[in-house]
Amino acid sequence: MKLLDCPVIGARPISEFDYMGEVRVPPFEADEAAWSDYVFNRNGAPGVLREWWYHRPSGRWYVLMRDTLTDRVVGHVDLAEVRYELPS
Amino acid sequence: MSSRLNPQPLEWIDRSEQITFTLEGKSYKAFKGDCVTSALLASGRQLLGRSFKYHRPRGVLSLANHDVNALFQSESHPNLRGDVTQVTEGLTLRPCNVQGSLDHDRDSWIGHLSRFMPVGFYYKAFHKPRRLFPVWEKLIRRKAGLGEVNTQWTVERQPKSYVYADLLVIGGGASGMQAALSAAQAGLDVVLVDENPHLGGSLDYQLVNETAAAGHRERLKSAVHQNPGIRVLCSTLACGWYTDHYLPLLTPTGIIKLRSRAVIHAGGVMEQPAVFRHNDLPGVMLASAAQRLISRYAIKPGKRAVVLTANDEGYRAALDLQTAGVELVAVIDMGALSSRGEWARKLVDLGVPVWQQSCVYEACGATRLEQVVLAPWHQGECDLSRTETLACDLLLMSTGWSSAAQLVYQAGGKLSYQPGLEQLLPSHLPDGIFVCGRLNGAYTLEQRLADARAAAEEAVAWLAGTPISRDLAACRDDQPHSHPWPIVEHPKGKNFIDFDEDLQLRDLIHAMQEGFDNIELLKRFSTVGMGPSQGKHANMNAIRVLARYQGVSIDAAGSTTARPFFHPVPVAALAGRRFRPQRLTALHQQHQQSGAQFMEAGVWLRPEYYGPAEQRRSSIQAEVQAVREALGIIDVSTLGKIEVMGPDAARLLDCAYTMKMSTLAVGMTRYALMVDDSGVIVDDGIVGRICDDRFYVTATTSHADATFKQLSKLIQCAGLNVRLVNRTGSLAAINLAGPHSRRVLQSLTDIDLDDAVFPYLGMREGQLCGYPVRLIRVGFVGELGYEIHLPHSAAVTVWQALMQAGSSVGIRPFGVEAQRILRLEKGHLIVGQDTDGLTNPYEAGMAWAVPLKSKVWFTGKPSLALLQSRCQRRLVGLRLAPGTPQDQVKECHLIMAAEAMVGRVTSVAFSPSLGVVIALAMLDLPLADTAEQVEIQVDDGQRIQAQLTSLPFYDPDGARQRVNLEEVA
Repeated sequence: MKLLDCPVIGARPISEFDYMGEVRVPPFEADEAAWSDYVFNRNGAPGVLREWWYHRPSGRWYVLMRDTLTDRVVGHVDLAEVRYELPS
Repeated sequence: MSSRLNPQPLEWIDRSEQITFTLEGKSYKAFKGDCVTSALLASGRQLLGRSFKYHRPRGVLSLANHDVNALFQSESHPNLRGDVTQVTEGLTLRPCNVQGSLDHDRDSWIGHLSRFMPVGFYYKAFHKPRRLFPVWEKLIRRKAGLGEVNTQWTVERQPKSYVYADLLVIGGGASGMQAALSAAQAGLDVVLVDENPHLGGSLDYQLVNETAAAGHRERLKSAVHQNPGIRVLCSTLACGWYTDHYLPLLTPTGIIKLRSRAVIHAGGVMEQPAVFRHNDLPGVMLASAAQRLISRYAIKPGKRAVVLTANDEGYRAALDLQTAGVELVAVIDMGALSSRGEWARKLVDLGVPVWQQSCVYEACGATRLEQVVLAPWHQGECDLSRTETLACDLLLMSTGWSSAAQLVYQAGGKLSYQPGLEQLLPSHLPDGIFVCGRLNGAYTLEQRLADARAAAEEAVAWLAGTPISRDLAACRDDQPHSHPWPIVEHPKGKNFIDFDEDLQLRDLIHAMQEGFDNIELLKRFSTVGMGPSQGKHANMNAIRVLARYQGVSIDAAGSTTARPFFHPVPVAALAGRRFRPQRLTALHQQHQQSGAQFMEAGVWLRPEYYGPAEQRRSSIQAEVQAVREALGIIDVSTLGKIEVMGPDAARLLDCAYTMKMSTLAVGMTRYALMVDDSGVIVDDGIVGRICDDRFYVTATTSHADATFKQLSKLIQCAGLNVRLVNRTGSLAAINLAGPHSRRVLQSLTDIDLDDAVFPYLGMREGQLCGYPVRLIRVGFVGELGYEIHLPHSAAVTVWQALMQAGSSVGIRPFGVEAQRILRLEKGHLIVGQDTDGLTNPYEAGMAWAVPLKSKVWFTGKPSLALLQSRCQRRLVGLRLAPGTPQDQVKECHLIMAAEAMVGRVTSVAFSPSLGVVIALAMLDLPLADTAEQVEIQVDDGQRIQAQLTSLPFYDPDGARQRVNLEEVA
């Protein structure tokens, strides 16, 4: 079993985490092409991604920076930095 | 005649305990600690098995845990390896892959046909005509099989255990022990594993008669055993490497999953056979195999021996044979005596003839070695004009080694060919992986110990976060211990490269001629290295052949990675213990006492129905009838239950669910439908408003955790001021449904249930049997009903009180199956059963739940806005003709229009209330709008007519769940 080396809570078995994909903001005012791109396409190019990780035992969310080429966590992002305003 | 020697100083056998076992019905005697092979050899039997393809006689080859030609079958286990399976009293064995007996195998004629069975023969000969393939397959499996699985097997599960360490050292020889000691002395928590039952490695067989080694042996063994920082696991094989140094360790009692922070590989080398005609005859074995036989089991491996060597180790083995009383006929050295060391000089002093620059051209004998033919050897060619024949019954091969680096490869390490040592050695190591000893080319004892200390130092520094770089080659020998081309061609072949799969030199040459000129292709076409030993004594020679015939370097020829597990692992060890969490509701015992039959619902166990299994159908019907006509009670504790609190609670729910929750009145509930970004339905439930900033949300059993997670992620994304509490486990829930529900419930609660003050879809808090409860007036099953949400601890008391209070009206507990029928009659869908991973609300007939105009935003809204006019199918109701057998149409049966598939049945059941079979089906548009009748294709291919009908099937106006039925009736 792999470990996820979380900068906040340390290395934990990866089975304690749920992976919830790259941090993305929905394009609230998008045409059909842009919206479809958001819904169906993901960036697979290797590099450092900001990703959502949910730690189930503690119920906490983390945004981790992971190099998808080396599979190493290289940092974490304050959740306030990835917030967006919902339309109202 | 016994070939057992007098007691040897380090022997593994216990002569005080004698054991009797049988092979092919014949009884053999052995000592405790003997392996099957040593016990048979002690009794004078040399023929131990028959080869996989040609049924050739085979004996000992390596005795190093990969002798796969000596396989045996016991009553319970197939493919026991003779070189490692210890004999036990009364063990009953028979050989594998033999027609008749070991000595008289009726299939041995196959070997004579080998010229007509070239490499790839199976692929070419047996695929046409296709209809005959099953015949061929059966024949080939019988002729070329291994052991037989006992189909009367009994379940044997070996629980897994878990171990954590700073450092794992693989290999308990001189270098492994020294590395473990050095690391433990530096304060690391070390696990040391060795596949053998005792530590010692080659110190105990190759160097057993070396006085210089004795001091190191004593020092290392006692220091390792006394060091509290080292956990020693013998008879334990590290059989795979997984990311982050997670290694399965195979022990006799099951698998240990070990997590270490770093690994030192000190697994040594695997001796490689020379390739010459009849190199597989019983009596021809690796030099180290003979040394193991002598030192571990006190077996004299033969009477008259010839030793073929290309290194110093061959001379050491010859000296050991001489000590054991074996007559030495000659040593055949493929190189020059001048390049050999002290051991060679000792042997020459003993007067043993040494043939220099010579090779074995062929070994002769019918079922065992009788003589060898040697010839001068120059630049990889035999001089056949000057052959000599020597009579002998034992031929040792000491022509090369290959690193046991399978796990280094698995971890992503690279090996490259070192011409100085004529061997593939580690050249690049990934983080946390270290190597030492013979595996790394350190051959003398001094080199090995120095290499081990250096590797330990490197590992300690790396773990401390201050990595040092070291020269991997610093302690390597400057003498080659392997011959670069120990391969002798012969026009008649039978010079085996792979003993597992009976591959001869010419098979590989033919494969290359056919264009399989890359090691990965060659391996797959010829199957070299794909037998039970996984190429442990075939791959190195195959790579040498490939490189030479392709005219490329060994590095360019490449090598293959042995995938985990690189060693046979019994299925019982893999299976482990069944470990799957199961959740039980607070009422589980109550259901058991009521005779419930349970089913799995996600991780939960829920009552499917109540009553004996043989009365399944009638029980379910009676349960449905009770709900429709009197009173039913069902445990719905498995529903997801989430409290949502805070100033932004309404805003969160507005975003998460399609319908508007911010307009919900306090004390009321609303159907809640959740879709994902693509507009696909993922969950449904209800949302109830407790006060302005507090809501109570339910979710489906299987999606409860995901819904909680989705809500909590939305809170983070949008920075909302909301708190969630997942109360799925802490609250129980009971649904009381049926015409009598209000009257029965009113007698136990202080909440006023009058329709005027507690309307349909209302939610109230109060007391029930003295417990705080939340009541929700729901209509899932289509009758007047109340969902009671209450503390886990109150569930049993309340359930019993309700059963008591309802007994006069005939209350009945009902299970999941009855609930499915009841909701089907109402046309209510179940997310995940009537919907799939593509179903949107429009297709599910729930356009009413998608307020595109009145809501600015909710998850999935843009997708639904696009999908609204692009539906391709729709959920419809079907009604089968009266009299249609109840189980003829099943869920997932296809709906056909001529030969086209136009839909599928998602739910189907006999409706006791309507007296016919009804179904929900996903049907293609425009058929779903226009058709009046469709055809369902059932299991036997027959087509059944079904009538499209409007939904719901039962009580279309919902009168029964709204009004006071007792007053109406």
